[in-house]
Amino acid sequence: MARMKFLCDADRCIECNACVTACKNEHEVPWGINRRRVVTINDGKPGERSVSMACMHCTDAPCAAVCPVDCFLTTADGVVLHSKDLCIGCGYCFYACPFGAPQYPKVGNFGSRGKMDKCTYCAGGPEADNSPEEYVKYGANRLAEGKLPICAEMCSTKALLAGDGEMIATIYKERVLKRGYGSGAWGWKVAYKETIAV
Amino acid sequence: MKHVLSFSLRAALFGLFGAVLATFVAATPAAAQQPFNPTAQAVKEEQLLQQLQQVQGRISIPDAKASVLIQPAGREWRTFHNTTVFWTGAISILGMMGLLAAFYAVRGRITIDAGPSGRTILRFNSFERFVHWMTAGTFIVLALTGLNVVFGKYVLMPLFGPEAFTTVSLLGKYAHNYLAFPFMLGVVFMFLVWVKDNLPSSVDAAWIKAGGGLFVKGAHPPAKKFNAGQKVIFWTVILGGVALSISGLILLFPFYVTTIEGMQTAQIVHGLVSAVIVAIMIAHIYIGSVGMEGAFDAMGSGEVDLNWAKEHHSLWVAEEMGKAGNAKVPPSAVAAE
Repeated sequence: MARMKFLCDADRCIECNACVTACKNEHEVPWGINRRRVVTINDGKPGERSVSMACMHCTDAPCAAVCPVDCFLTTADGVVLHSKDLCIGCGYCFYACPFGAPQYPKVGNFGSRGKMDKCTYCAGGPEADNSPEEYVKYGANRLAEGKLPICAEMCSTKALLAGDGEMIATIYKERVLKRGYGSGAWGWKVAYKETIAV
Repeated sequence: MKHVLSFSLRAALFGLFGAVLATFVAATPAAAQQPFNPTAQAVKEEQLLQQLQQVQGRISIPDAKASVLIQPAGREWRTFHNTTVFWTGAISILGMMGLLAAFYAVRGRITIDAGPSGRTILRFNSFERFVHWMTAGTFIVLALTGLNVVFGKYVLMPLFGPEAFTTVSLLGKYAHNYLAFPFMLGVVFMFLVWVKDNLPSSVDAAWIKAGGGLFVKGAHPPAKKFNAGQKVIFWTVILGGVALSISGLILLFPFYVTTIEGMQTAQIVHGLVSAVIVAIMIAHIYIGSVGMEGAFDAMGSGEVDLNWAKEHHSLWVAEEMGKAGNAKVPPSAVAAE
């Protein structure tokens, strides 16, 4: 079985935000919720870098560990999914998540966050694959159709890589060796407790 | 003359061009030898995490908190929630229950040494009792729903199943969020009503030295309206209540006044203070009910037995009787039927 991961090659990301837009469109994500976002570090200064970030589908996911109602599940592909039927909108996953991935449809005063929403790695939820119920709650299930997440698929500079962890790490390593530089696999150490040695 | 001048001008121009060309020719191989490395100046994740404990940047969406790219502190908060608060809560609560069980086994129920007199004296008026029960009632719901967030998935979920447990937890969340307000009001009222009787006084040291008379039958160190033990309960509720209120309000209005670190800190304070207060309140409930004969009446009917009052609050009884004009029996005392 593959272990699905995301990798953003910050030396290629041009902050076009197409991954964000594609994600919103693919899953009909409501206004105010961003399953994926692009953060620019040292904006306007020499050496600025942009990183596209969503749920990293962590190994031993912190969100799942702190969830008081145990609504998370990790698939055989290493994708971290959650059940909106069980979620109570307590907000704990947001405090534990190192990547700010969990999103809530409401402001959150008096605990009125609504059901948590996050990147599903285009793998839907616990419902039957590509059922209407699944689509309404979690969006498209591309993985079940044999496709990779839309954000990485359409990335114009191929900065954002999605797929089996070993495979995308090899692609990244080859790139770094060929061009002679690379600012590293952002978030990997925190998410997967390993980094890509080049 | 004309030719000479133009020749020298041309020579000068050529010289200048040659010099510029030479500079380029000299510079180009040097640049080719050193390949341009755009990451030499680039920000590095490792370095940012070491310096700032997080990676933050600029974001083009309105959600300001999304500008934090990586916050490994979430992992520490996870450890706190799943380990620190779990064990602090479990040990303090079960430990307190164990201590009380042992105390009950050894000391038994503390009875009124002189026996019930049949005459009573008003200890808490209806407003005091209302304030107490408003705070106590909401506190019990808050404590149970709070404990559910930490222990529920281990204790209740296997019993109910995930769906029913979610329903209970969701109701619990709303109960916790809304009953927080009468609780906070209760803490404020309690402070106003009882602070004057809870300031440390000279008799407190002697009371503590005598162990409050709890461990020796027949020992009754003098106390005013509240003894040193009750003062500890009072200040635990006031100071703990304030800590819970502030941290709770921060959690109730997420990200209004603070960032992600602030939310985590507020939750840590809320969890630890709660664990301690719940344990202390269990002791308070014990001594106010099964642990001591006659104690519950103070918050039940408000009228306590005169002999109970004389044993546990001798100075207060004397004071009350003094108020009633040195009468041996205060006017509020009535014969029991």
